[in-house]
Amino acid sequence: MSSYDWGLHDPVPGPQTRLWDEADHEHDLMSTRLFGFWLYMLSDSLIFAALFTAYEVLTFPMSFAGGPTPRDVASPIYGYAETIVLFTSVLAYGMVMVNLKKERTRPAMAWLALSLAIGLGFIGMEYHELHDVALAGGPPQRSGFLSIFWAIVVVHGVHLAIGLLWMVVMLVQIARQGFTQLVTYRLANLKVYWLYQGLIWTFVYTFVYLRGSI
Amino acid sequence: MTDVQGHWDWLFGRLTIQQVPYDNLVVGTAFIFAAIVGLAIVGALTYYRWWGTLYRDWLTTIDHKRIGIMYGLVGTVMLFRGFVDAIMMRTQQVMAAGPLSHGYLGAEHGYLPPYHYDQIYGSHGTIMLIFAATPILAGFMNYLVPLQIGARDMAFPYLNALAFWMTAVGAGLVMISLFIGDFSHAGWVGLAPLTELPYSPDVGVDYWTWALQIGSIGTTIGAVNIIATIVKMRAPGMTWMRLSLFTWTSLTTNVIGLTAFPVLGVAIGLLSLDRYFGTHFYTTGVGGNFMLYTDLFWIWGHPEVYFIILPSWGMMSEIIPTFSQKKLFGYPVMVAATLSIGCISWTVWLHHFFTMGAGPIVNTFYSIATMLVAIPTGVKVFDWALTMVRGRLTFPTPMLWAVSAIFMQIIGGWTGMMLAVPSINYMTHNSVFVIAHFHCVVMVTVFAAVGGATFWFPKMFGFTLHERSGQWVFWLLVGGSFFVFTAMFLLGLTGMPRRLAYVPYAGWWPLLVIEEIGIFVDIAALVAFVWQITVSIRDRNLNRATRDPWGTARSLEWITHSPVPVYNFAVIPHVNARDEWAWRREHHLEHIMPERYADIELPVNTPVPMLIGACTAAFGFAMVWRIWWLAIASLVAIFVIVILRSFTSGGHTIIRADDIRRMEDQAMRAPRRSSAGMVPGAVPAFRTGAAE
Repeated sequence: MSSYDWGLHDPVPGPQTRLWDEADHEHDLMSTRLFGFWLYMLSDSLIFAALFTAYEVLTFPMSFAGGPTPRDVASPIYGYAETIVLFTSVLAYGMVMVNLKKERTRPAMAWLALSLAIGLGFIGMEYHELHDVALAGGPPQRSGFLSIFWAIVVVHGVHLAIGLLWMVVMLVQIARQGFTQLVTYRLANLKVYWLYQGLIWTFVYTFVYLRGSI
Repeated sequence: MTDVQGHWDWLFGRLTIQQVPYDNLVVGTAFIFAAIVGLAIVGALTYYRWWGTLYRDWLTTIDHKRIGIMYGLVGTVMLFRGFVDAIMMRTQQVMAAGPLSHGYLGAEHGYLPPYHYDQIYGSHGTIMLIFAATPILAGFMNYLVPLQIGARDMAFPYLNALAFWMTAVGAGLVMISLFIGDFSHAGWVGLAPLTELPYSPDVGVDYWTWALQIGSIGTTIGAVNIIATIVKMRAPGMTWMRLSLFTWTSLTTNVIGLTAFPVLGVAIGLLSLDRYFGTHFYTTGVGGNFMLYTDLFWIWGHPEVYFIILPSWGMMSEIIPTFSQKKLFGYPVMVAATLSIGCISWTVWLHHFFTMGAGPIVNTFYSIATMLVAIPTGVKVFDWALTMVRGRLTFPTPMLWAVSAIFMQIIGGWTGMMLAVPSINYMTHNSVFVIAHFHCVVMVTVFAAVGGATFWFPKMFGFTLHERSGQWVFWLLVGGSFFVFTAMFLLGLTGMPRRLAYVPYAGWWPLLVIEEIGIFVDIAALVAFVWQITVSIRDRNLNRATRDPWGTARSLEWITHSPVPVYNFAVIPHVNARDEWAWRREHHLEHIMPERYADIELPVNTPVPMLIGACTAAFGFAMVWRIWWLAIASLVAIFVIVILRSFTSGGHTIIRADDIRRMEDQAMRAPRRSSAGMVPGAVPAFRTGAAE
């Protein structure tokens, strides 16, 4: 089977022809589940794509409705600090995976806890920021622009909160079960999820914070 | 939280006894009908002592075949509901044409007041597309894809069950809205800003958003599962270019589902934010932009159209070669056409609102993009036609449906090309010409799905459907549809707008009468269909199916028994050719059975997906009626259930090799016809675990 014939020609059966796969080979659970999770991430990307589309539409001046503009609500300096914090959490999670490869449970749990704590710090910073925006006359009900600003930041925040909850669950599962196959694939999927939230944040930071400050 | 009109208290939210429209004769009749059917089902379950098997073998199942059948049942029930909506709309329009038309039951013209009529067309569209066509096709894909790729199960059987329950909950919310509160009066597309709280203060739009939101979560999860199944679970030898066309279209359709449905989630999620939190995404003032809604909705909506049509084309591509006794003409081109339609589906959404005023350049882009769809679609039509050329043609009911679907496709496609021209579109926009066009296209799905149901029914249930009554169904439905849609095209060309509760111009009445006649012929088709099912079940022992009841089937699912055993394939087949079953038949290999059997491990059933579904139903209902405590409680319950389940490893049941050998031998010995009682050799298809 060196050349691929596009299935155009059906073979002629001979003594070598196999009709049944009696070995009954196993499908690789780990790779199937990772692939499935990547598919989920694709659909999640489309959620953010739609939100960024709405953001582009709702940043025309008429959508400010005389209220705050992107420059007023998004501080690139504060956003930069948030970026650093979130990326540190992602980095800490990377160390979890390093320890997973070396099958060291306790350091993995320590890094996971650290990643969790830093992630919580990010949520706290975001809460502080939105609290200030709301007090400074920028609640989501104020204008179309503020509606989408809040929507993007909060949807990203909710994703992070679910990731943090997931981390808590994984901490318990590593402690109780060690690196079983199920725990391992969940940790690998959580890695994809957590890195992806960092990636989405770079889009939020670029489109909302950096471009907003121009 | 925004303030709402009317009563609200913390315990029941907006729900009061006045919200049950018991004084409405139309809804009351529907309620009595639903109650009788419901009581009959409960009575039958109790009388035949089926509650146990209903719970153990169906509600808690994670077997893709049973989930597929349940999808089909939900879709068929909803199809009936949507069809009743259609009858009501046709009857209203024929009764309410011209200023001299009489009014009944409190309506000024006809028998439905405008607000009620508007809810009916909203629910007709929502139900037919989202809760009838989508589940029925999901049912086919669930049932057939693992069999066609030679897999024993889905990649994610548990997620699959969850997807089914989400869809069922969405459908359930639509049904509840009939008897408690209202449904959306803003059309199935949710015309913004009409869906905003000031213009739709009732719960109708909330029912619509939550039904759609929950149902679309189900479709997205299901898409992940089916794509992963096709990519990861294929049998040895099942290369990409050997996949059957139905599997290819399932793959494409689910890529569309995976990527399009999240956009719908955002579109109606932002609408819900407007309605619940008072934000300004789609409002007319304070910086909102309601065309943003229209864009986002159709960015999902047009791919959704192809989501519905592609599996239907897949089914036609299976049926036509079978009854032409030839392999499918131009298979690689057909695959390419399928994939390219999937891609183009993303680039055409603006043709739904050429009249928005986006300007000539934008309209030209979308016009050309839309016309591009005609190229791969034309390729498909020619491929089907050339498959039949010089074939040994037979015309049992599946083939009749498939061939008439090609004709329907041509009519729908041609009128679609007319609508793709912006200058024509400006004149036909929002006229019933558009309705007639897309109904013709959706009828392709109906025809293909009925054909597919007839085609694969023996594979699913072990006996063939009654042929003669099936032909009655065919001729009645095709004839009725001809009357309805020909008249509708003419009405559209003479300028009749869509969504009319009152038809102001009496000159349209004769054509409306023709439509009414047509839909009564369709009702006769429905009666014939019920008769067909009844006769087929009565005579099932005379029509027992062998592995390949048609004698000329081609793809892999026909290698295994009918009905398909719980383990699908006793031994996974090694695939040697594109149409493996036809190849084995042509080389006289079809009777060679495996020499050895091994133990088969299958996942055990679990009530968890059903529990999550129940919590989601409570959540949706609570959100509609703004019962906050219930919404929070059910959301927390969902999280708790998911987390708790992650601590269990999920059990397995093992079917012993000896049992498999015994079941396989029995199935091969099974007598084809028997006049009385159960067929002794039938494979216990719907039992888990070892044979009894």
